[in-house]
Amino acid sequence: MTTASDERTGAGAPGGDTEGPLSRVTAIFSGPSGRNLGLVIALLLLCLVGVITAGDRFVSFDNVMTILRLASVIGVVSVGMTFVITGGGIDLSVGAIVALSSVWASTIATQTLAMDTHWIVMVTTALLVGAGCGLVNGILIAYGRMAAFIVTLAMMAGARGLAEIIAQKRTQVVTVSEFTDVIGGQVLGIPVLVVIFAVVAVAGWILLNRTTFGRRTLAVGGNPEAARLAGINVKRHTTLLYVLVGVACGLAAVMLLARTTAGTSTHGTLMELDAIAAVVIGGTLLSGGRGTIVGTVFGVLIFTTLTNVFTLNNLDTSTQAVAKGAIIVVAVLLQQRVAARNGSPP
Amino acid sequence: MSSKESEITDDAGREPLLRMSGIVKHFPGVKALGGIDLEVRAGDVHCLLGQNGAGKSTLIKVLAGAHQPDGGTIRWHGEDIRIAGPQDAIDHGIATIYQELDLVDGLTVAENIYLGHERARWGVVARTDANRSAAELLRRLGHPEVGPDVEVGRLPAAGKQIVSMARALSHEAELIVMDEPSAVLDQEEVARLFSVIRELAAQGVAIVYISHRLEEIREIGDRVTVLKDGRTAATGLAAAETPTAEIIRLMTGRSIEYAFPERPERQLGDTVLEVSGLSRPGEFRDVSFTVAAGEVVGLAGLVGSGRSEILETIYGARKAQAGTVSVAGRRLRPGRVGAAVAAGVGLCPEERKSQALVLHESVARNISLASLGRFARGGFVNRRDERRAADDQVRALDVRPADVARYVGTLSGGNQQKVVLARWLLRECRVLALDEPTRGVDVGARTEIYALIRDLAARGIAVVVVSSEIEEVIGLSDRVLVISDGVLLHDGPADEIDEHRVLDMVMEGDAA
Repeated sequence: MTTASDERTGAGAPGGDTEGPLSRVTAIFSGPSGRNLGLVIALLLLCLVGVITAGDRFVSFDNVMTILRLASVIGVVSVGMTFVITGGGIDLSVGAIVALSSVWASTIATQTLAMDTHWIVMVTTALLVGAGCGLVNGILIAYGRMAAFIVTLAMMAGARGLAEIIAQKRTQVVTVSEFTDVIGGQVLGIPVLVVIFAVVAVAGWILLNRTTFGRRTLAVGGNPEAARLAGINVKRHTTLLYVLVGVACGLAAVMLLARTTAGTSTHGTLMELDAIAAVVIGGTLLSGGRGTIVGTVFGVLIFTTLTNVFTLNNLDTSTQAVAKGAIIVVAVLLQQRVAARNGSPP
Repeated sequence: MSSKESEITDDAGREPLLRMSGIVKHFPGVKALGGIDLEVRAGDVHCLLGQNGAGKSTLIKVLAGAHQPDGGTIRWHGEDIRIAGPQDAIDHGIATIYQELDLVDGLTVAENIYLGHERARWGVVARTDANRSAAELLRRLGHPEVGPDVEVGRLPAAGKQIVSMARALSHEAELIVMDEPSAVLDQEEVARLFSVIRELAAQGVAIVYISHRLEEIREIGDRVTVLKDGRTAATGLAAAETPTAEIIRLMTGRSIEYAFPERPERQLGDTVLEVSGLSRPGEFRDVSFTVAAGEVVGLAGLVGSGRSEILETIYGARKAQAGTVSVAGRRLRPGRVGAAVAAGVGLCPEERKSQALVLHESVARNISLASLGRFARGGFVNRRDERRAADDQVRALDVRPADVARYVGTLSGGNQQKVVLARWLLRECRVLALDEPTRGVDVGARTEIYALIRDLAARGIAVVVVSSEIEEVIGLSDRVLVISDGVLLHDGPADEIDEHRVLDMVMEGDAA
């Protein structure tokens, strides 16, 4: 793998490019594994800051689990978002879909049914609502030939509005204790939420890197016309990508329901921005055709660790926001350099 | 020839408006222009003729400041000048109207005309002023019916052409270069365009007019310059009197020796591809032909004749309005690429980079793209099998460098084309449609691609080739179809037709 990426770097920048320490440093950061190395370094630096400023409070097992628990919900959505963006699309409605799924899965009707039968009903409801929203997005984008930005913007408004109508703007407390016990519980001392995130991340990595579905996603995002002329059903594939992110939102709603023990129409507010930011700083090209799940996971971890370090040091959320903005800009600047090296426009 | 030229200059008793001499332009690996001479006088309509690749586009780009020549001189009003960039060309009074018009659809006619040199006062666009002077320009062009405040996107092709010309005039151009302006116009619109050109010439504006249609050149042109292989084959010919045979002789003739593979003498297999009565309104009508296993059939015709559209319709990338396409006796569902691919049809499209390749993916992944299912079990891609199969193809087709992990974007044009061919070989297709298989491929690699295509046919694949280079179509094919204006004019063995005949048919056929 290392040799392959080295060759690629060499191929992208032929001839007399290695002089100077700066270019050597950027050369390390280019290439698929090299870019992840940059993210690892960034995360380690953040942790170093955490250790120096907060000491034991930062490195304690409980704190690490807090970070991971925080990361898990946005992480699941970000993995789904990685697929949509790699496939050349964008989804602004993820936060609203999370809200609608959480509300729908916690209505009195759903919870009564769940009490009478099994708590899994709540999970199924959330996943189906998510998938349904994604399907609507996908069909309008692929078959209705509308811009993804517009369609998902409409869904963002519509789904949250529908969530407010269903919940009547009230907080719906989850009373199915088996549900909160299982999803909100622990396995071998590790929160189930974190386990779910880990499973989703691994499954997402396999799906993107080892399956025909993943290959087609890269082709559709990289050059939709070439994909179409190679016999790939681009419209159907695009639709599936939005269904996939919808399901991820449904799952995130389940996790939020367990963590907060309540469903509300304000769940997932601004989640779309956090997810897109995590995906992009992870190294997935916003223009599509290249995506990395590992990068996305690092992106999510960097943001949540940042929040944690700031909180431990009693810094306000405004300062956090400024730091986040700076990180996004630096990450995208780096990404463009890498893209230019590989001979394709950013 | 040069003595005759100077006579003409002396006849006119003055220096020509533009005199380009010995213009040379190299591109990496290609000598696009190898010494071009061109003289244009004020008030002349000077026609530029030449086959594809003769250097017409490069020459007008040099004139427009888009390319810098590597050698030669440009004299303008008797003074040596250097055209540093597009803006410089415009400042000198040289305007170019490209085939794909560079207008902004969302802006009005007047806004387009003054784009980049807006009529403004303190940064605020003076709209009434701009509209008034735009209307004046349009009146001068004889088209007062084009409203200056109409959105350009709503205008027909002819209207857009007029706007482009008005823009050229707004820069007070003394020389207007028009690249195949009639290609998108109907007969009536062409007639109106011609009256505008005559009007401009009468006002002393020089026009360089590029067209493939001899009929038009006879009608509108004063003088003709013929380019061939980046050189001036003849210049200053009288447009009206020079015989067609003479012009075609100047345009053709083999100067670069391409080694075409031998046509094997053998029995053809069964008919694999059958196209019957295929039509798409505005593109082509009632096209019927067959291709047998092991046969190479070439489609010759000018740009815009419908040849690429026919190919894409066979492939299902465009939906036929009437007619059928059958592969091995089975009719394909129209407008479905998936159906065509499933039936064993492969397409190497015209624009390799934008239509065929996923540039930031590896060679292996580009090759396997159409046959992923074969390497997958339960949706999982077996990457070792995939890599091995890609490796085999790369070796068989001699793709260089023979490294399937490389990004396909770093390969040369010829090797990229091989990757696209490998994709369909891996898929084991029965019909292969090739659109401009050697575009952007250097001379050495061309011979390889030709041999490869012949080789594919020998394996029993039915091959259909489209190329704008007539020599290539004839040299490569067993049978040649001639298309003009969407109509199949001729279908016959390649060894019974030559370049002259084909050119004759498409050039005269267009005018008829």
